[in-house]
Amino acid sequence: MDSNTDISPELMFTETDIGRRNRFVENVFKIFFFIMTCLMILPLLLIIGYLFYKALPVLSLDFLFTNPKDNMRAGGLWAPFLGTIYLVVVSLLVAAPIGVFSAVYLNEYARENWFTRIVNLAVVNLAGVPSIVHALFGVGAFVLFAGLGESILAASLTLAIMTLPVIIASTTEALKAVPMSFREACWNLGATRWQTIRRIVLPNSISGILTGVILQVSRAAGETAPIMFTGAVFYKAIAEGNVFAYNITDQCMALSLHLYTISTQVPDVTEGIPYGTAIVLVGSVLLVNAAAIVLRVYLRTRKRW
Amino acid sequence: METNNHSIETKNLSLWYGDFQALMDVSVNIPSGKITALIGPSGCGKTTLLRCFNRVNERYGNVTTKGEIKILGKNIYDPDVSLLELRKTVGMVFQRPNPLPISVYENILFGLRIHSPFGSLTRNQADEIVEEALTSVFLWDDLKDKLKARATSLQLEQQQKLCIARLLPLKPQIILMDEPCSALDAKGTLAVEELMGILAGKYTFLIVTHNMAQARRVSTECIYMFLGELIEHRETQALFETPEHPKTADYVQMRYG
Repeated sequence: MDSNTDISPELMFTETDIGRRNRFVENVFKIFFFIMTCLMILPLLLIIGYLFYKALPVLSLDFLFTNPKDNMRAGGLWAPFLGTIYLVVVSLLVAAPIGVFSAVYLNEYARENWFTRIVNLAVVNLAGVPSIVHALFGVGAFVLFAGLGESILAASLTLAIMTLPVIIASTTEALKAVPMSFREACWNLGATRWQTIRRIVLPNSISGILTGVILQVSRAAGETAPIMFTGAVFYKAIAEGNVFAYNITDQCMALSLHLYTISTQVPDVTEGIPYGTAIVLVGSVLLVNAAAIVLRVYLRTRKRW
Repeated sequence: METNNHSIETKNLSLWYGDFQALMDVSVNIPSGKITALIGPSGCGKTTLLRCFNRVNERYGNVTTKGEIKILGKNIYDPDVSLLELRKTVGMVFQRPNPLPISVYENILFGLRIHSPFGSLTRNQADEIVEEALTSVFLWDDLKDKLKARATSLQLEQQQKLCIARLLPLKPQIILMDEPCSALDAKGTLAVEELMGILAGKYTFLIVTHNMAQARRVSTECIYMFLGELIEHRETQALFETPEHPKTADYVQMRYG
């Protein structure tokens, strides 16, 4: 056999200097990336841990189901908690159908032309607009021009405008993940676009679509600016324990604004209350996100290709 | 009458994707009840031509067509032609088997369900149709206990046969095949070829293939296309053994490129 190396077979696979160096660099980067990952988790754990520790004295079911008392220095969170739920639910009821169906149109029906290009450009830019700008738009368009006044409806519509572009973008992603070959199969059997969407595209993208929509809950729940001038108030007492205590033409309290108020505007607040408010806000958002994950896993088990 | 002999006739068919001309003045007659092969190098318009025959090209965006296409004697650009009906009559099988991500049973019935009023298909009819379709492609014995299984979990060969079976309940006249065997192994290829041989006569087949041995094995007539033009169309044996056009000769004798 014509050997092109002088090394004996014994030593052929031993590590060379370059090999040693490569292995060292490999390890350095592995550890570096791992540390970065830890750094990412750390603040989250610290924040939640700290909040919990500080909030522990006030946390109870009563805290959730009673109104704030003594000029918000004591009491619970019922009014702001229910207000946030109203704002989020109404805004999603508006934004989700419009967002999802317009994404379906853009993806499944529209040809690439000047109209779709303008729409896509608008979506991208709208997603980048700061929330305070949405707030000003909400004041102009919904509160003043449409005459809704400062109300849950006006605030929810403002939140809807804010979440809409992200819902369109995430729905588009979910639809694009359905292989083109499924659509081709349907079309060539004489299916209309709607039959294709209804029977094949939507069932296979619904998990992604819902996840995208549900993730917007956390954004809508957390924002303060868009609701501040459009429908949220500092204080408003409502019937405790009645989930229909707000009317959508009413103003309402909201967790995010309430947290801001009691942390900065009200002196002598019972110490645990701002932390408790934060925990309730973060906790409900995490709960909804967890539900989204469970739903997604469940729906994903039904699709396999 | 000519229409009895030719399922597909085109006259001066040209097609553009935007500014790019993909088909140039293609005039061709495809015989009824036979297998016709469409060969030629990649990107020369074979698939485009195939997609013209059920007008599915128009779903892919900016397409302009000129010229005439007659399917079973009827001009498919006439205003009274329903595209959905046309696509029932002219079925298509793809390069990569593309069963829908639903059960085997529902795959077979998909075409019928979208073309008939909701709930008009009784359970017994449905069962019969599924059995008949699967039997015609020799899948019944393999799949009769797996009707509820996801079609996408089958072996590729079974998937491709299922894609053929899926067309049959719609009673197609013409079946277009776009490299139907290129994702299959040798055994699967032979099985699909055999199936075509048996079904020919009942249906008109037009098959795009890159495999010249396959074109020779399965087809009665053969068309050679090059850069959007139809170069030669003759009986398969004649085309391979005594090609008239030098470009055809280059290609079939592997001197192309």
